[in-house]
Amino acid sequence: MSLFLETLIGGVLAGTLYALVAIGFVLIYKASGVFNYAQGSILLFGALAFVSLKDAGVPVAGALAITVGLLIVTAIAIERLLLRPLTNRSPLTLFMATLGLSYVAEGVAQGFMGSQVRALDLGIEDLPMFLGDIMISQFDLIAAGVAALLVIALSLLFNRTRIGIQLRGVANDTLAALSLGIDINRIWQIVWAVAGLVGLVSGLLWGARQGVQFSLSLVVLKALPVLIIGGFTSIAGAIVGGVVVGAGESLAETYIGPFLGGGITPWFAYALALVFLFIRPAGLLGERQIERV
Amino acid sequence: MTRAVEAGLVRPPFLDVEAIEAVYGASILALHDVSLSVARGEIVALVGPNGAGKTTTLRAISNLLGAQRGALRGGTIRWQGEETRRLDPSDLVARGIVQVLEGRHVFGQLTVEENLLTGGYLRRPSRRQLAADLDRVYGWFPRLKERRSARAGLTSGGEQQMVAIGRALMTRPTLLLLDEPSMGLAPIIVAEIFAIIARLNREEGLSVLIAEQSANLVLDHADRAIVLESGRVVASGPSAELAASGRLAALYLGGADAPTRH
Ligand SMILES: Nc1ncnc2c1ncn2[C@@H]1O[C@H](COP(=O)(O)OP(=O)(O)OP(=O)(O)O)[C@@H](O)[C@H]1O
Ligand SMILES: [Mg+2]
Repeated sequence: MSLFLETLIGGVLAGTLYALVAIGFVLIYKASGVFNYAQGSILLFGALAFVSLKDAGVPVAGALAITVGLLIVTAIAIERLLLRPLTNRSPLTLFMATLGLSYVAEGVAQGFMGSQVRALDLGIEDLPMFLGDIMISQFDLIAAGVAALLVIALSLLFNRTRIGIQLRGVANDTLAALSLGIDINRIWQIVWAVAGLVGLVSGLLWGARQGVQFSLSLVVLKALPVLIIGGFTSIAGAIVGGVVVGAGESLAETYIGPFLGGGITPWFAYALALVFLFIRPAGLLGERQIERV
Repeated sequence: MTRAVEAGLVRPPFLDVEAIEAVYGASILALHDVSLSVARGEIVALVGPNGAGKTTTLRAISNLLGAQRGALRGGTIRWQGEETRRLDPSDLVARGIVQVLEGRHVFGQLTVEENLLTGGYLRRPSRRQLAADLDRVYGWFPRLKERRSARAGLTSGGEQQMVAIGRALMTRPTLLLLDEPSMGLAPIIVAEIFAIIARLNREEGLSVLIAEQSANLVLDHADRAIVLESGRVVASGPSAELAASGRLAALYLGGADAPTRH
């Protein structure tokens, strides 16, 4: 029993990181209808910028501030140079544009910051903790706590602030938002900046665990099944999806893995997502459009 | 005779649309030659059958054509003397023109009150001003106050129309563009909404340009009417005269009792 609980808890905690990555996608998808393939590259870009600054001797707070600034500038540039000229184009065109963007972001990151693996020390020691006889990774616990705080901050932003309410309006019906004089371009800049910050946090947490390297941008591939399971339009769905994938992977690795000779983690999430595609294509919490007459 | 004429004597520029031509895509010509004007304090009806170009005319005025892959190809639109061609929709809302879209377009996922608030932020009001604006809209539409925390997508069609109008009023407009407010609503609800619009016009001096397919109800409230057909103005004049002349009935069919359409 304790092995089961340990595996489950470890999986759930790891799943919050998947959820965090997925939330970055949901934000942009909801507000601008774009599946942002570049989210992983932006995540990498943020983490790499932070590590490079820190390695260059900039204190942590300063490095964080500069990185955040860079991400905000990036978001504004993306909106100006990419989204605005492509307004009214098909989702496929926009997707292709973000595909291009991901190469640019990775290229820039590589050019300026080199391509070797960087260690990232966030000063969180990964000591095992014991709850009774169940072992929990302290790092995972802290990472999950950070993720939870971020989600609370986002939900306050969306439900309690003027920007947040306008943002939900734009996500719900862009034309109506336009007709009310809401500055949609500014809203998009804000959404991309927020998604960039969420990406930075997830990039730092992933990076601290496995080093900051180019494969970091491949967490996109982890986010996709999470989104399929949770639904592309719901932050709560992303959280549930992340936890389901994390727990599922961890349990499968422990209990099914031995029979298949291990190596389940890379594909398990996709198999799970496939099942969900059959039984619930909108995702667990995806919004089905409320009927407008 | 009517306020329209009185206002016409000393007419500061208000809304002037001159010979506009509008296209969708590169080739679909939706408006050939539409001219109209609205004076301050007027209610003007824009009537005409399906596909006549009413919605396109309103979109041209509010500069929302671009968002529908449409464009103005000729003519000019002036708002209080200023040409509007280069203005964004948000600039126009800030200058006092707001459009209530055909089909209402409420934010279904947001609550009724959140819907209203989205219209209220444009002028960066203080909290107190914002609360006062909300109270004002709830004053006009008491039903919305009862339903303030309901999801707008789950309210009735009439309530959604009130949300759409109330949300537009939150921007503190001078000219309200209403696109088929009666669409899909029971006659009694339509009458209620028109009565509120008429009171807004009388008591607050709000000017209104209403597009409607069915002329009979809207003509009771409008000072003047403009009749569109196939992208052209085919008749215009004071509502009473148009209604009396029988020209409307001949041009197209306003009522439920009307014969077939062409
Ligand atoms: N988004 C669009 N893209 C292409 N063509 C359009 C578009 N919107 C309208 N049209 C065309 O422009 C013409 C005028 O349409 P418009 O919607 O302005 O008419 P309307 O008078 O509002 O009609 P209704 O009473 O049905 O609302 C029609 O021929 C219509 O097919
Ligand atoms: Mg129309």
